[in-house]
Amino acid sequence: MSAARAAAALIVGFARAITAVRGIWQGVAPVQAQRIYYANHASHGDFVLVWTVLPRALRARTRPVAGADYWQASRLKRFIGRDVFNAVLIDRDPATRRADPIAQMGNALASGDSLILFPEGTRNTGGQRLLPFKSGLFHLATQNPGIDLVPVWIENLNRVMPKGAHIPIPLICTVTFGAPLRLDGEDKAPFLSRAEAALLALAPPERP
Amino acid sequence: MDTHFIILLACVLAVLAIATIAAQVLKRRALPGDLTIQNLTARINAWWVMVAVIALAFAFGTAGVVILFALCSFAALREFLTLTNTRAADHWALVAAVFVVLPLQYILVGIGWYGLYSVLIPVYAFLFMPILSALRGQSDNFLIRVSEAQWALMIAVFCVSHVPALLSLNIPGYEGKNLFLIFFLIVVVQSSDVLQYVWGKAIGRRKIAPNLSPSKTLEGLVGGVLSASVLGAALFWITPFTISQAFGLSLVITAMGFFGGLVMSAIKRDRGVKDWGHLIAGHGGFIDRLDSVIFSAPIFFHIVRFYWNVG
Repeated sequence: MSAARAAAALIVGFARAITAVRGIWQGVAPVQAQRIYYANHASHGDFVLVWTVLPRALRARTRPVAGADYWQASRLKRFIGRDVFNAVLIDRDPATRRADPIAQMGNALASGDSLILFPEGTRNTGGQRLLPFKSGLFHLATQNPGIDLVPVWIENLNRVMPKGAHIPIPLICTVTFGAPLRLDGEDKAPFLSRAEAALLALAPPERP
Repeated sequence: MDTHFIILLACVLAVLAIATIAAQVLKRRALPGDLTIQNLTARINAWWVMVAVIALAFAFGTAGVVILFALCSFAALREFLTLTNTRAADHWALVAAVFVVLPLQYILVGIGWYGLYSVLIPVYAFLFMPILSALRGQSDNFLIRVSEAQWALMIAVFCVSHVPALLSLNIPGYEGKNLFLIFFLIVVVQSSDVLQYVWGKAIGRRKIAPNLSPSKTLEGLVGGVLSASVLGAALFWITPFTISQAFGLSLVITAMGFFGGLVMSAIKRDRGVKDWGHLIAGHGGFIDRLDSVIFSAPIFFHIVRFYWNVG
Protein backbone atom coordinates (compact mmCIF):
# COMPACT_ATOMS: atom_id res chain seq x y z
CA MET A 1 0.00 0.00 0.00
CA SER A 2 2.76 2.42 0.91
CA ALA A 3 4.57 1.82 -2.40
CA ALA A 4 1.33 2.63 -4.20
CA ARG A 5 0.85 5.74 -2.10
CA ALA A 6 4.40 6.93 -2.78
CA ALA A 7 3.90 6.26 -6.48
CA ALA A 8 0.65 8.24 -6.40
CA ALA A 9 2.38 11.19 -4.74
CA LEU A 10 5.17 10.99 -7.32
CA ILE A 11 2.77 10.88 -10.28
CA VAL A 12 0.66 13.74 -8.91
CA GLY A 13 3.79 15.78 -8.20
CA PHE A 14 5.09 15.18 -11.72
CA ALA A 15 1.71 16.10 -13.24
CA ARG A 16 1.69 19.34 -11.25
CA ALA A 17 5.28 20.22 -12.25
CA ILE A 18 4.59 19.75 -15.94
CA THR A 19 1.06 21.15 -16.16
CA ALA A 20 0.51 23.34 -13.03
CA VAL A 21 -2.99 21.91 -13.42
CA ARG A 22 -5.89 23.85 -11.98
CA GLY A 23 -9.38 22.54 -11.31
CA ILE A 24 -12.20 24.90 -12.26
CA TRP A 25 -15.35 23.87 -10.40
CA GLN A 26 -17.80 25.68 -12.63
CA GLY A 27 -20.98 23.63 -12.29
CA VAL A 28 -20.39 21.56 -9.15
CA ALA A 29 -18.47 21.96 -5.91
CA PRO A 30 -15.53 19.70 -4.95
CA VAL A 31 -17.52 17.97 -2.23
CA GLN A 32 -17.95 14.36 -1.15
CA ALA A 33 -20.78 13.10 -3.35
CA GLN A 34 -21.05 10.05 -5.54
CA ARG A 35 -20.61 11.04 -9.16
CA ILE A 36 -19.78 9.74 -12.60
CA TYR A 37 -17.20 12.14 -14.03
CA TYR A 38 -17.07 11.83 -17.81
CA ALA A 39 -14.27 13.56 -19.68
CA ASN A 40 -12.73 14.11 -23.10
CA HIS A 41 -9.88 11.73 -23.83
CA ALA A 42 -6.76 12.83 -25.68
CA SER A 43 -3.92 11.37 -23.63
CA HIS A 44 -3.06 8.48 -21.34
CA GLY A 45 -2.52 11.07 -18.63
CA ASP A 46 -6.12 12.32 -18.67
CA PHE A 47 -7.37 10.53 -15.58
CA VAL A 48 -4.19 11.48 -13.72
CA LEU A 49 -5.03 15.16 -14.23
CA VAL A 50 -8.65 14.73 -13.12
CA TRP A 51 -7.42 12.78 -10.12
CA THR A 52 -4.81 15.43 -9.30
CA VAL A 53 -7.31 18.28 -9.04
CA LEU A 54 -9.70 16.27 -6.85
CA PRO A 55 -9.36 17.02 -3.13
CA ARG A 56 -7.51 14.24 -1.32
CA ALA A 57 -10.61 12.91 0.41
CA LEU A 58 -12.39 12.49 -2.93
CA ARG A 59 -9.45 10.79 -4.63
CA ALA A 60 -9.68 7.79 -2.31
CA ARG A 61 -13.24 7.14 -3.44
CA THR A 62 -12.85 7.94 -7.16
CA ARG A 63 -11.86 5.20 -9.60
CA PRO A 64 -10.91 5.70 -13.24
CA VAL A 65 -12.39 3.36 -15.83
CA ALA A 66 -9.68 2.26 -18.24
CA GLY A 67 -8.96 -0.22 -21.00
CA ALA A 68 -7.59 -3.50 -19.67
CA ASP A 69 -5.61 -4.06 -22.88
CA TYR A 70 -3.44 -1.00 -22.15
CA TRP A 71 -3.23 -1.13 -18.36
CA GLN A 72 -2.43 -4.83 -18.14
CA ALA A 73 0.25 -4.72 -20.82
CA SER A 74 3.21 -4.57 -18.40
CA ARG A 75 4.03 -4.94 -14.72
CA LEU A 76 4.52 -1.18 -14.32
CA LYS A 77 1.20 -0.38 -16.00
CA ARG A 78 -0.55 -3.03 -13.91
CA PHE A 79 0.94 -1.51 -10.76
CA ILE A 80 -0.11 2.02 -11.76
CA GLY A 81 -3.55 1.05 -13.03
CA ARG A 82 -4.60 -1.37 -10.32
CA ASP A 83 -2.58 -0.55 -7.20
CA VAL A 84 -2.05 3.19 -7.52
CA PHE A 85 -5.29 4.36 -9.09
CA ASN A 86 -7.51 1.39 -8.28
CA ALA A 87 -8.83 1.53 -11.85
CA VAL A 88 -11.88 -0.39 -13.00
CA LEU A 89 -10.27 -2.26 -15.88
CA ILE A 90 -12.64 -3.18 -18.66
CA ASP A 91 -12.12 -5.28 -21.74
CA ARG A 92 -12.95 -3.07 -24.70
CA ASP A 93 -13.18 -5.93 -27.17
CA PRO A 94 -16.68 -7.50 -27.15
CA ALA A 95 -15.31 -10.69 -28.74
CA THR A 96 -12.96 -11.59 -25.90
CA ARG A 97 -14.71 -9.95 -22.99
CA ARG A 98 -15.83 -12.17 -20.12
CA ALA A 99 -17.32 -9.52 -17.84
CA ASP A 100 -19.90 -6.91 -18.82
CA PRO A 101 -18.21 -3.49 -18.50
CA ILE A 102 -21.46 -1.80 -17.45
CA ALA A 103 -21.87 -4.39 -14.68
CA GLN A 104 -18.24 -3.86 -13.59
CA MET A 105 -18.81 -0.12 -13.36
CA GLY A 106 -22.15 -0.72 -11.64
CA ASN A 107 -20.41 -2.83 -8.98
CA ALA A 108 -17.96 -0.03 -8.28
CA LEU A 109 -20.85 2.44 -7.98
CA ALA A 110 -22.77 0.03 -5.73
CA SER A 111 -19.87 0.04 -3.29
CA GLY A 112 -20.14 3.82 -3.07
CA ASP A 113 -17.22 4.86 -5.30
CA SER A 114 -17.28 7.59 -7.93
CA LEU A 115 -16.03 6.90 -11.45
CA ILE A 116 -13.97 8.76 -14.03
CA LEU A 117 -14.74 7.58 -17.54
CA PHE A 118 -14.06 8.54 -21.11
CA PRO A 119 -17.18 7.95 -23.20
CA GLU A 120 -15.35 8.50 -26.49
CA GLY A 121 -14.03 5.00 -25.83
CA THR A 122 -10.58 5.69 -27.20
CA ARG A 123 -8.02 8.46 -27.29
CA ASN A 124 -8.91 11.28 -29.64
CA THR A 125 -5.72 12.05 -31.54
CA GLY A 126 -7.28 13.66 -34.60
CA GLY A 127 -8.43 17.15 -35.38
CA GLN A 128 -11.97 16.93 -33.94
CA ARG A 129 -12.61 18.32 -30.49
CA LEU A 130 -14.70 15.33 -29.43
CA LEU A 131 -15.37 11.89 -30.95
CA PRO A 132 -18.97 10.58 -30.94
CA PHE A 133 -19.76 8.98 -27.56
CA LYS A 134 -20.08 5.21 -27.26
CA SER A 135 -23.30 3.97 -25.75
CA GLY A 136 -21.73 2.95 -22.40
CA LEU A 137 -22.59 6.26 -20.73
CA PHE A 138 -26.25 5.81 -21.65
CA HIS A 139 -26.45 2.28 -20.25
CA LEU A 140 -24.64 3.32 -17.11
CA ALA A 141 -27.06 6.23 -16.62
CA THR A 142 -30.04 3.96 -17.23
CA GLN A 143 -28.92 1.46 -14.62
CA ASN A 144 -27.82 4.05 -12.05
CA PRO A 145 -30.48 6.76 -12.33
CA GLY A 146 -29.73 8.31 -8.93
CA ILE A 147 -26.14 9.32 -9.67
CA ASP A 148 -25.07 12.67 -11.14
CA LEU A 149 -23.12 12.65 -14.40
CA VAL A 150 -20.55 15.45 -14.31
CA PRO A 151 -18.95 16.60 -17.58
CA VAL A 152 -15.22 17.30 -17.24
CA TRP A 153 -13.23 19.13 -19.92
CA ILE A 154 -9.46 18.57 -19.89
CA GLU A 155 -7.69 21.35 -21.75
CA ASN A 156 -4.20 21.33 -23.27
CA LEU A 157 -2.93 17.91 -22.21
CA ASN A 158 -2.90 16.81 -25.86
CA ARG A 159 -0.33 19.56 -26.52
CA VAL A 160 1.80 18.51 -23.55
CA MET A 161 2.21 15.05 -25.01
CA PRO A 162 1.16 14.81 -28.67
CA LYS A 163 0.59 11.41 -30.26
CA GLY A 164 3.80 9.43 -30.44
CA ALA A 165 5.75 11.71 -28.10
CA HIS A 166 7.48 10.22 -25.06
CA ILE A 167 8.72 13.36 -23.32
CA PRO A 168 6.12 15.89 -22.13
CA ILE A 169 6.62 19.64 -22.55
CA PRO A 170 5.44 21.92 -19.74
CA LEU A 171 2.19 23.73 -20.52
CA ILE A 172 -0.53 24.91 -18.15
CA CYS A 173 -3.58 22.63 -18.19
CA THR A 174 -7.03 23.13 -16.77
CA VAL A 175 -9.74 20.67 -15.76
CA THR A 176 -13.22 22.19 -15.84
CA PHE A 177 -16.15 20.55 -14.06
CA GLY A 178 -19.57 21.40 -15.49
CA ALA A 179 -23.11 21.23 -14.15
CA PRO A 180 -24.33 17.68 -13.47
CA LEU A 181 -26.89 15.98 -15.67
CA ARG A 182 -29.11 12.91 -15.40
CA LEU A 183 -31.08 10.75 -17.76
CA ASP A 184 -34.37 12.50 -18.38
CA GLY A 185 -36.42 9.68 -19.90
CA GLU A 186 -34.69 10.22 -23.23
CA ASP A 187 -33.65 7.62 -25.76
CA LYS A 188 -30.02 6.78 -26.33
CA ALA A 189 -29.20 9.13 -29.19
CA PRO A 190 -30.70 12.34 -27.75
CA PHE A 191 -29.20 11.61 -24.33
CA LEU A 192 -25.73 11.04 -25.76
CA SER A 193 -25.86 14.19 -27.84
CA ARG A 194 -27.00 16.19 -24.79
CA ALA A 195 -24.09 14.75 -22.79
CA GLU A 196 -21.69 15.59 -25.63
CA ALA A 197 -23.00 19.14 -25.86
CA ALA A 198 -22.68 19.63 -22.08
CA LEU A 199 -19.03 18.57 -22.29
CA LEU A 200 -18.22 20.65 -25.37
CA ALA A 201 -19.78 23.71 -23.72
CA LEU A 202 -16.94 23.62 -21.18
CA ALA A 203 -14.20 23.77 -23.82
CA PRO A 204 -12.59 27.18 -24.27
CA PRO A 205 -13.10 28.70 -27.73
CA GLU A 206 -10.70 27.34 -30.30
CA ARG A 207 -7.97 29.75 -31.35
CA PRO A 208 -7.74 30.28 -35.10
CA MET B 1 28.42 40.96 4.56
CA ASP B 2 26.20 38.78 6.76
CA THR B 3 25.28 41.59 9.14
CA HIS B 4 24.33 43.74 6.16
CA PHE B 5 22.02 41.03 4.93
CA ILE B 6 20.38 40.68 8.31
CA ILE B 7 19.79 44.44 8.47
CA LEU B 8 18.33 44.47 4.95
CA LEU B 9 16.15 41.43 5.65
CA ALA B 10 14.90 43.08 8.84
CA CYS B 11 13.99 46.21 6.82
CA VAL B 12 12.11 44.16 4.22
CA LEU B 13 10.24 42.25 6.92
CA ALA B 14 9.38 45.51 8.68
CA VAL B 15 7.94 46.92 5.44
CA LEU B 16 5.91 43.74 4.94
CA ALA B 17 4.65 43.88 8.52
CA ILE B 18 3.57 47.50 8.09
CA ALA B 19 1.86 46.61 4.79
CA THR B 20 0.07 43.70 6.45
CA ILE B 21 -1.19 45.89 9.29
CA ALA B 22 -2.20 48.67 6.89
CA ALA B 23 -4.16 46.15 4.80
CA GLN B 24 -5.95 44.91 7.94
CA VAL B 25 -6.91 48.49 8.85
CA LEU B 26 -8.19 49.10 5.31
CA LYS B 27 -10.08 45.80 5.44
CA ARG B 28 -11.95 46.87 8.61
CA ARG B 29 -12.94 50.16 7.01
CA ALA B 30 -13.93 48.67 3.65
CA LEU B 31 -17.23 47.00 2.87
CA PRO B 32 -17.16 43.23 3.28
CA GLY B 33 -16.34 41.53 0.00
CA ASP B 34 -14.37 44.49 -1.39
CA LEU B 35 -12.39 42.84 -4.20
CA THR B 36 -9.58 45.42 -4.23
CA ILE B 37 -8.87 44.81 -0.54
CA GLN B 38 -9.07 41.04 -1.00
CA ASN B 39 -6.57 41.26 -3.85
CA LEU B 40 -4.32 43.55 -1.79
CA THR B 41 -4.30 41.08 1.10
CA ALA B 42 -3.58 38.18 -1.26
CA ARG B 43 -0.70 40.14 -2.83
CA ILE B 44 0.86 40.96 0.52
CA ASN B 45 0.52 37.37 1.72
CA ALA B 46 2.22 36.19 -1.48
CA TRP B 47 5.03 38.67 -0.82
CA TRP B 48 5.74 37.02 2.55
CA VAL B 49 6.20 33.72 0.73
CA MET B 50 8.33 35.27 -2.02
CA VAL B 51 10.58 37.04 0.49
CA ALA B 52 11.01 33.81 2.44
CA VAL B 53 11.93 31.88 -0.72
CA ILE B 54 14.39 34.53 -1.92
CA ALA B 55 16.00 34.81 1.54
CA LEU B 56 16.40 31.04 1.61
CA ALA B 57 18.02 31.06 -1.85
CA PHE B 58 20.39 33.85 -0.76
CA ALA B 59 21.38 31.79 2.28
CA PHE B 60 22.60 29.10 -0.11
CA GLY B 61 24.69 31.61 -2.09
CA THR B 62 25.36 31.27 -5.83
CA ALA B 63 23.90 27.77 -6.14
CA GLY B 64 20.71 28.77 -4.32
CA VAL B 65 20.15 31.85 -6.47
CA VAL B 66 20.93 30.05 -9.74
CA ILE B 67 18.52 27.22 -8.89
CA LEU B 68 15.80 29.65 -7.77
CA PHE B 69 15.92 31.57 -11.06
CA ALA B 70 16.16 28.36 -13.10
CA LEU B 71 12.89 27.27 -11.47
CA CYS B 72 11.38 30.70 -12.16
CA SER B 73 12.43 30.33 -15.80
CA PHE B 74 10.81 26.91 -15.97
CA ALA B 75 7.54 28.27 -14.59
CA ALA B 76 7.70 31.32 -16.87
CA LEU B 77 8.44 29.16 -19.93
CA ARG B 78 5.48 26.93 -19.05
CA GLU B 79 3.23 30.00 -18.93
CA PHE B 80 4.59 31.51 -22.15
CA LEU B 81 4.45 28.31 -24.21
CA THR B 82 0.85 27.79 -23.12
CA LEU B 83 -0.16 30.90 -25.08
CA THR B 84 1.80 30.11 -28.26
CA ASN B 85 0.65 28.49 -31.49
CA THR B 86 3.23 25.74 -31.35
CA ARG B 87 2.16 22.40 -32.82
CA ALA B 88 3.03 18.77 -32.46
CA ALA B 89 5.65 19.37 -35.18
CA ASP B 90 7.53 21.64 -32.78
CA HIS B 91 7.60 19.04 -30.04
CA TRP B 92 11.28 18.15 -30.39
CA ALA B 93 12.31 21.79 -30.59
CA LEU B 94 10.35 22.54 -27.42
CA VAL B 95 11.66 19.48 -25.57
CA ALA B 96 15.16 20.73 -26.41
CA ALA B 97 14.29 24.25 -25.27
CA VAL B 98 12.95 23.11 -21.91
CA PHE B 99 15.20 20.20 -21.04
CA VAL B 100 18.47 21.14 -22.76
CA VAL B 101 18.69 24.89 -23.35
CA LEU B 102 17.19 25.98 -20.02
CA PRO B 103 19.41 23.84 -17.75
CA LEU B 104 22.46 24.51 -19.91
CA GLN B 105 21.90 28.28 -19.72
CA TYR B 106 21.82 28.16 -15.91
CA ILE B 107 24.83 25.86 -15.67
CA LEU B 108 26.78 28.33 -17.82
CA VAL B 109 25.56 31.21 -15.65
CA GLY B 110 26.51 29.24 -12.53
CA ILE B 111 30.07 28.66 -13.73
CA GLY B 112 30.28 32.22 -15.06
CA TRP B 113 30.99 31.38 -18.74
CA TYR B 114 29.86 34.75 -20.12
CA GLY B 115 31.09 34.03 -23.66
CA LEU B 116 28.67 31.12 -24.03
CA TYR B 117 25.66 32.04 -21.89
CA SER B 118 25.34 35.37 -23.69
CA VAL B 119 25.02 33.67 -27.10
CA LEU B 120 23.50 30.27 -26.29
CA ILE B 121 19.91 31.40 -26.85
CA PRO B 122 20.30 34.36 -29.26
CA VAL B 123 22.61 32.37 -31.57
CA TYR B 124 22.50 28.61 -31.03
CA ALA B 125 18.90 28.08 -29.92
CA PHE B 126 17.81 30.70 -32.47
CA LEU B 127 19.30 28.66 -35.32
CA PHE B 128 18.80 25.09 -34.12
CA MET B 129 15.21 25.21 -32.86
CA PRO B 130 13.76 26.12 -36.26
CA ILE B 131 15.94 23.39 -37.80
CA LEU B 132 14.34 20.84 -35.45
CA SER B 133 10.89 22.16 -36.33
CA ALA B 134 11.60 22.22 -40.08
CA LEU B 135 12.76 18.60 -40.06
CA ARG B 136 9.19 17.58 -39.25
CA GLY B 137 8.05 19.04 -42.56
CA GLN B 138 5.07 21.09 -41.32
CA SER B 139 5.06 24.52 -42.94
CA ASP B 140 1.71 25.82 -41.62
CA ASN B 141 2.31 28.97 -39.58
CA PHE B 142 5.98 28.09 -39.54
CA LEU B 143 7.34 31.60 -39.03
CA ILE B 144 4.79 32.32 -36.30
CA ARG B 145 5.59 29.08 -34.50
CA VAL B 146 9.37 29.43 -34.52
CA SER B 147 9.20 33.13 -33.62
CA GLU B 148 6.98 32.43 -30.66
CA ALA B 149 9.21 29.62 -29.46
CA GLN B 150 12.26 31.89 -29.70
CA TRP B 151 10.45 34.69 -27.89
CA ALA B 152 9.48 32.27 -25.15
CA LEU B 153 13.13 31.33 -24.62
CA MET B 154 14.38 34.91 -24.78
CA ILE B 155 11.82 36.20 -22.28
CA ALA B 156 11.53 33.27 -19.89
CA VAL B 157 15.11 31.99 -19.90
CA PHE B 158 17.62 34.40 -21.43
CA CYS B 159 16.37 37.58 -19.75
CA VAL B 160 15.58 35.96 -16.40
CA SER B 161 19.04 34.34 -16.28
CA HIS B 162 20.63 37.79 -16.26
CA VAL B 163 19.60 38.16 -12.63
CA PRO B 164 21.88 35.37 -11.34
CA ALA B 165 24.43 36.32 -14.05
CA LEU B 166 25.16 39.40 -11.92
CA LEU B 167 27.00 37.02 -9.60
CA SER B 168 29.67 36.38 -12.23
CA LEU B 169 30.66 40.03 -12.61
CA ASN B 170 34.10 40.88 -11.31
CA ILE B 171 34.06 44.35 -9.75
CA PRO B 172 37.30 45.51 -8.05
CA GLY B 173 36.79 46.21 -4.36
CA TYR B 174 33.38 44.51 -4.44
CA GLU B 175 34.52 40.88 -4.38
CA GLY B 176 32.13 38.48 -2.69
CA LYS B 177 29.35 41.06 -2.49
CA ASN B 178 27.58 40.50 -5.83
CA LEU B 179 24.48 39.11 -4.13
CA PHE B 180 23.80 42.72 -3.10
CA LEU B 181 23.52 43.66 -6.79
CA ILE B 182 20.68 41.14 -7.10
CA PHE B 183 19.09 42.49 -3.93
CA PHE B 184 19.39 46.04 -5.33
CA LEU B 185 17.87 45.11 -8.71
CA ILE B 186 14.96 43.12 -7.28
CA VAL B 187 14.11 45.56 -4.49
CA VAL B 188 14.24 48.66 -6.70
CA VAL B 189 12.29 47.15 -9.61
CA GLN B 190 9.68 45.39 -7.49
CA SER B 191 9.16 48.36 -5.19
CA SER B 192 8.72 50.47 -8.32
CA ASP B 193 5.88 48.11 -9.35
CA VAL B 194 4.33 48.40 -5.89
CA LEU B 195 4.80 52.17 -5.72
CA GLN B 196 3.36 52.66 -9.21
CA TYR B 197 0.31 50.74 -8.00
CA VAL B 198 0.09 52.82 -4.80
CA TRP B 199 0.61 56.20 -6.54
CA GLY B 200 -1.78 55.16 -9.28
CA LYS B 201 -4.51 54.19 -6.79
CA ALA B 202 -3.92 57.38 -4.79
CA ILE B 203 -3.72 60.12 -7.44
CA GLY B 204 -3.71 58.34 -10.83
CA ARG B 205 -5.91 60.05 -13.44
CA ARG B 206 -4.30 60.13 -16.86
CA LYS B 207 -4.22 56.67 -18.41
CA ILE B 208 -1.08 55.96 -20.40
CA ALA B 209 -2.12 52.89 -22.37
CA PRO B 210 -5.86 52.29 -21.92
CA ASN B 211 -5.85 49.66 -24.66
CA LEU B 212 -3.08 47.59 -23.14
CA SER B 213 -3.18 48.08 -19.41
CA PRO B 214 -6.00 50.27 -18.07
CA SER B 215 -4.50 50.51 -14.59
CA LYS B 216 -1.29 52.23 -15.72
CA THR B 217 -1.44 56.00 -15.21
CA LEU B 218 1.04 58.80 -15.77
CA GLU B 219 0.86 59.81 -12.10
CA GLY B 220 1.51 56.22 -11.03
CA LEU B 221 4.45 55.94 -13.43
CA VAL B 222 6.16 59.18 -12.41
CA GLY B 223 5.48 58.76 -8.70
CA GLY B 224 6.51 55.10 -8.70
CA VAL B 225 9.66 55.52 -10.76
CA LEU B 226 10.85 58.55 -8.80
CA SER B 227 10.13 57.16 -5.34
CA ALA B 228 11.66 53.78 -6.20
CA SER B 229 14.72 55.57 -7.58
CA VAL B 230 15.06 57.52 -4.32
CA LEU B 231 14.95 54.16 -2.56
CA GLY B 232 17.64 52.90 -4.98
CA ALA B 233 19.82 55.93 -4.19
CA ALA B 234 19.35 55.23 -0.48
CA LEU B 235 20.66 51.71 -1.08
CA PHE B 236 23.90 52.96 -2.65
CA TRP B 237 25.94 51.71 0.34
CA ILE B 238 25.34 48.08 -0.59
CA THR B 239 26.40 48.65 -4.22
CA PRO B 240 29.62 49.65 -5.98
CA PHE B 241 27.84 52.85 -7.13
CA THR B 242 27.86 56.43 -5.81
CA ILE B 243 24.54 57.92 -4.68
CA SER B 244 23.91 59.64 -8.00
CA GLN B 245 24.95 56.54 -9.98
CA ALA B 246 22.58 54.43 -7.88
CA PHE B 247 19.79 56.93 -8.56
CA GLY B 248 20.51 57.03 -12.31
CA LEU B 249 20.66 53.23 -12.60
CA SER B 250 17.42 53.02 -10.65
CA LEU B 251 15.75 55.38 -13.11
CA VAL B 252 16.87 53.17 -15.99
CA ILE B 253 15.76 49.87 -14.47
CA THR B 254 12.43 51.16 -13.18
CA ALA B 255 11.66 52.67 -16.59
CA MET B 256 12.58 49.37 -18.26
CA GLY B 257 10.43 47.59 -15.70
CA PHE B 258 7.46 49.78 -16.56
CA PHE B 259 7.84 49.15 -20.29
CA GLY B 260 8.32 45.44 -19.61
CA GLY B 261 4.93 45.40 -17.94
CA LEU B 262 3.47 47.23 -20.93
CA VAL B 263 4.91 44.81 -23.51
CA MET B 264 3.83 41.73 -21.58
CA SER B 265 0.34 43.25 -21.18
CA ALA B 266 0.17 43.67 -24.95
CA ILE B 267 0.87 39.96 -25.37
CA LYS B 268 -1.78 39.03 -22.80
CA ARG B 269 -4.31 41.27 -24.51
CA ASP B 270 -3.55 39.75 -27.89
CA ARG B 271 -4.07 36.23 -26.52
CA GLY B 272 -7.19 37.19 -24.57
CA VAL B 273 -6.00 36.39 -21.06
CA LYS B 274 -5.90 38.54 -17.94
CA ASP B 275 -3.01 36.82 -16.20
CA TRP B 276 -0.16 34.57 -17.35
CA GLY B 277 -0.92 31.98 -14.71
CA HIS B 278 -2.49 31.43 -11.33
CA LEU B 279 0.26 30.11 -9.06
CA ILE B 280 1.05 33.36 -7.20
CA ALA B 281 -2.19 34.27 -5.45
CA GLY B 282 -3.21 37.89 -6.03
CA HIS B 283 -0.48 38.46 -8.61
CA GLY B 284 -1.33 35.88 -11.28
CA GLY B 285 1.49 33.89 -12.80
CA PHE B 286 5.26 34.03 -12.59
CA ILE B 287 5.52 36.28 -15.66
CA ASP B 288 3.02 38.71 -14.12
CA ARG B 289 5.40 39.18 -11.22
CA LEU B 290 8.62 38.95 -13.23
CA ASP B 291 7.75 41.09 -16.27
CA SER B 292 9.54 44.18 -14.95
CA VAL B 293 12.59 42.18 -13.87
CA ILE B 294 12.68 40.44 -17.27
CA PHE B 295 13.09 43.77 -19.06
CA SER B 296 15.40 45.44 -16.58
CA ALA B 297 17.82 42.63 -15.68
CA PRO B 298 19.74 42.35 -18.99
CA ILE B 299 20.08 46.15 -19.30
CA PHE B 300 21.23 46.49 -15.68
CA PHE B 301 23.65 43.61 -16.19
CA HIS B 302 25.22 45.13 -19.30
CA ILE B 303 25.51 48.67 -17.90
CA VAL B 304 27.23 47.35 -14.77
CA ARG B 305 29.37 45.00 -16.84
CA PHE B 306 30.42 47.77 -19.24
CA TYR B 307 31.34 50.38 -16.64
CA TRP B 308 32.34 48.41 -13.53
CA ASN B 309 33.40 44.91 -14.56
CA VAL B 310 37.09 44.04 -14.94
CA GLY B 311 38.56 41.14 -16.89
